[in-house]
Amino acid sequence: MRLEPVAHPSLARRLGYPGGALVATVLLAMALAALAGADPFAVLGQIVVGAVGSKFAALETLNRATPLVFTGLAIAVAFRAKLWNIGAEAQLYAGAIMTVLLGTGALGGPLVLPLSALAAMAAGALVLLGPVVLKVRFGVDEVVTTLLFNFIMILFVGYLLEGPLKDPMGMGWPKSAALIPEARLPRIVDGLRLHWGFGVALIAAVAVWFVQTRTTLGFEMRAVGANPAAARFAGMPVRAVLLKTALISGGLAALGGWSEVAGVKGHLSADLSPGFGYTGIIVAMLAMLHPLGVVVAALFVAGVFVGSDAMSRAAQVPTYIADMLLASALLFMVLALMLARFRVVR
Amino acid sequence: MSDAPSVVLSLDRITKRFGGLVANDAVSLTLHKGEVLALLGENGAGKTTLMNILFGHYVADSGEVHAFGKPLAPGTPRAALSAGIGMVHQHFTLCDNLSVLENIVLGTEGLFSFGRGRAAAGMRIAELSRDFGLSVDPEATVGGLSVGERQRVEILKALFRHARILILDEPTAVLTPQEAEALFATLRLAVARGLSVIFISHKLHEVMGIADTCVVLRHGRVVGCVVTSRTSRAALAAMMVGAEMPERQIAPGVAGRVRLRLDGVRAGGLSGVGLQLRAGQITGLAGVSGNGQSQLAALIGGEAVPETGLFEIDGARVTAWTPRFAIAAGVGRIPEDRHKTGTIADFTLAENAALETYATRFARGGLMDWAAVHSHASDLIVAHDVRCEGVSQRIRLLSGGNMQKLILGRVLEEEPGIILANQPVRGLDVGAIAHVHGRLIAARDAGAAVLLISEDLDEVMGLSDVVHVMSAGKLSPPFARGTMDRAGLGLWMAGQGFCDAA
Repeated sequence: MRLEPVAHPSLARRLGYPGGALVATVLLAMALAALAGADPFAVLGQIVVGAVGSKFAALETLNRATPLVFTGLAIAVAFRAKLWNIGAEAQLYAGAIMTVLLGTGALGGPLVLPLSALAAMAAGALVLLGPVVLKVRFGVDEVVTTLLFNFIMILFVGYLLEGPLKDPMGMGWPKSAALIPEARLPRIVDGLRLHWGFGVALIAAVAVWFVQTRTTLGFEMRAVGANPAAARFAGMPVRAVLLKTALISGGLAALGGWSEVAGVKGHLSADLSPGFGYTGIIVAMLAMLHPLGVVVAALFVAGVFVGSDAMSRAAQVPTYIADMLLASALLFMVLALMLARFRVVR
Repeated sequence: MSDAPSVVLSLDRITKRFGGLVANDAVSLTLHKGEVLALLGENGAGKTTLMNILFGHYVADSGEVHAFGKPLAPGTPRAALSAGIGMVHQHFTLCDNLSVLENIVLGTEGLFSFGRGRAAAGMRIAELSRDFGLSVDPEATVGGLSVGERQRVEILKALFRHARILILDEPTAVLTPQEAEALFATLRLAVARGLSVIFISHKLHEVMGIADTCVVLRHGRVVGCVVTSRTSRAALAAMMVGAEMPERQIAPGVAGRVRLRLDGVRAGGLSGVGLQLRAGQITGLAGVSGNGQSQLAALIGGEAVPETGLFEIDGARVTAWTPRFAIAAGVGRIPEDRHKTGTIADFTLAENAALETYATRFARGGLMDWAAVHSHASDLIVAHDVRCEGVSQRIRLLSGGNMQKLILGRVLEEEPGIILANQPVRGLDVGAIAHVHGRLIAARDAGAAVLLISEDLDEVMGLSDVVHVMSAGKLSPPFARGTMDRAGLGLWMAGQGFCDAA
C-alpha cells in the first residue's frame, strides 16, 4: 500500500475529508458519552448549548479563545518556518511576569497598558531567542530546549510568587499583588468577563497574516520553512530569518500571558495557564498554520472546553471528554488533510 | 545461434499508465542465459518504469513477467529477489556507516543470528570478489569508498543473494571511462558463468561494446530489438530518437577578458585550484562526480569561501562572499539539484521565479509587489517555453525539463556576466536538452563567461571552448577545443595526468 499525491485535489476532496473528520470526532465523542452512561445526543446538545447557547456562554467561549489565539499564532508562525517552538507556555509566563512587574504600581497613567504589552512581548521574544540562537549557532534541537524551558519558567514563577513578587496582602496565597486599574484591559461588554484582549488577538491574527503574505520577511519565513537549502541557495539570510521568526513567535505567545493577567486574572499565579502553550499547538495544527484559521480553530477548541464544562455539570460526564474530543479532532484532521492530498493505492 | 539457450526472463506485453501518460505500452522482451541485453532509450523513454515493474515497485496495468519459467508475483520486491534477480540502482542503496560486509549481508540474515556466520559470509564475499574481479575491502566503511567501489559493493550484494540475473541501471554514469572498462570486464566474467545481464543505458558506444542484443525504447514502446553485431551506432541512434539527428555544429566562442579568476585556491575538498572564466567562452569541467565539482560550484556560487588562494571577479579581489553577494556580483547559478536547491516544491512558479530577486526587484519598503512578481513570471514562462498551467501552479507538478527551463529563465533574465551551469541537463529529455544548450550558447555569444560542469563527457566536449578535468579536488590545465580526445580526458579523470605533471 502506498500514497500517491493527487495533482489537483478537487474542492469536494479538500472540504469533504476535513468535514468527515469533524463527523468522526462527533461520533467518537458520542460513543464515549454513551460509555460513560449518558445519553449521547443530550451530551452533544449540552456541549453545544454550553459553548454558544447563550450570550454569557458565547462570550465565555470568546474569552477562553483569546489566549489560544495568541499561542496558536505564536506556534503557527514558528512552525511555518519549521521552527519547532514547543515553549509557548514559558513565553506566555514571561509576558505575564512583565505585565505584573510594570502593572502593579511601577508605572502609572494611560501608557501603562501598551508599555506592559511591549515589555511582555520583549520578554517572550527573549525567552525564545535563547534556544533559537543555540539552534542556529550550534545545532541544538529547539524541541528539547523550548520544551524544557516551560518547566524552568513554571518553577521560576513559583519562586517569584513565594519571594519577590509575593502579594504582602495575599494571606499567604502564592499570588502576586493585583494590577492597578490603569493596567487592566477594559471589558468589551459591561458586566461580562470578555475583555479587549480578544480584540488585540484579532488584530494580531490579521497582522500575522499580512506579514506572512505581503512582506519580504513573510516570503523568507515561508521559504525557509518549505526548503531551507533552496532558501539559502537563493541568498536568503536563513539564520536571521529564524531569529526574527523567534522574536515574533515568542512575542505573540507572551501577549497571551499579558492578556490573561491584564484582562482576566488581574494578578499572577502559578495556575494562570492551564496549558495554553500546549493547546496552542493543537490550535495551530487544526488551522493548518493559517493565521486567520487560528482564530477559527481557537474558537472551536475554546467552545469544546467551555461546552464540556457546562455539560459536565449537567450530565455528570467527566470534563476529560473535552481532552478526548480535541485529541481525536486533531488526529482525524491530520489524517483527513493527508487523505485530501494523497490517494491510497495498493 | 543454432541451439537456443534457455530463456531466463520474459516480459510479456507490459503496459503501465500514469494518468494520461503511457510509460510502458505493451513492452515485451526476452532475456536468455548468458546474454547481455541492453535497454536503450532517451531519458523518459520508460526504461526505469519497466525495471521498477519487474522489481515490484510498480504494478503493471496489464502484462506478465516470467522468471525461469515461473510467473513473478506483481508488486512484491521480494518475489524478484527470491527469483534470483538482482538490481544495481543508479543511486546506490548502501548504508554509509556500515562496513562493506555488513552492507552485503544486510537483510539476508535472521533477526537473532547477527555475529554468527560472519566468517562464512566473509569467505563467500572474498570468493565472489575473486571470481568476478570485484576487488573491495570487506572491512572498509562504505562512507569512505569511491563511487566505483560502491558500485562493486552493490554488485556483490546482488551476487551474494544468488542473483542469476543482474540489472544495472545507468551503471557508467558515475564512472570514469577506465572504471567503466573494469565494470565491463566484470560483466563478461558474469555472463561466462551463466549469468544474464540487463544493461540500461543511453550511451551508444557502451551498448555497442558490451551488449549481445539491444532493445530500444521510445515513448514507452519497443521500437527495435536488434543483435548488436548486426547493427551500427547510427542505426541505434536513429531508432532511439526517432529520426536522424543532425550533429549540431557549434561555432567557437570569441574569448574576451577574464571575468572570474581562481589561483591556488583551497576550500573544502579543493586543493590548489587555478581557473579562469573568460567572457564569451564556455569553460567545461569534466570529471567523475564527487571529485570536487560540487565544492568548486559552491565556491563560485557563493555557498563557500576559499580558505587560501586568490579569488577575483573582474580583477577585484572577492572579500565578502555569500549567495546574495554572488547574485549581486552577476553570477547566475543553475544548481546541480533543481529539486533540493533550485526550487521550492510547494511554492508557485511565480514565487520560484522570484526566489533570488524578491528583495531587489519585487519589493519596496519590505512589502512584496505580487503583481510585478506574477507579470515577471508570465513573461518568463513565455520567453523560455515553460509548459505549465499558469504561474500560480505549484512547481512540484512540473516535469524536470520545464522546471529547469524556469530556473534557466530566472538566471538569464538577470543577464549575468558569469554563468555557473552545474549539470544543467541531467535527467532531461532531448528537446529540453537542446533548449538548455541553445540558451547557454546564446548567453555565451552575448558575452557571458560560462562554466559548464557535467558528468557527460560528450556534453562537455561538444559545448565547451576550453575543457578542464577535475580529479580528487585538483583541476587540470585548460585544454582548448579539439586538443583532447575521450581517452586523453579519461586518463586525467582517473588522476593520471596529475601524476605525470607532478
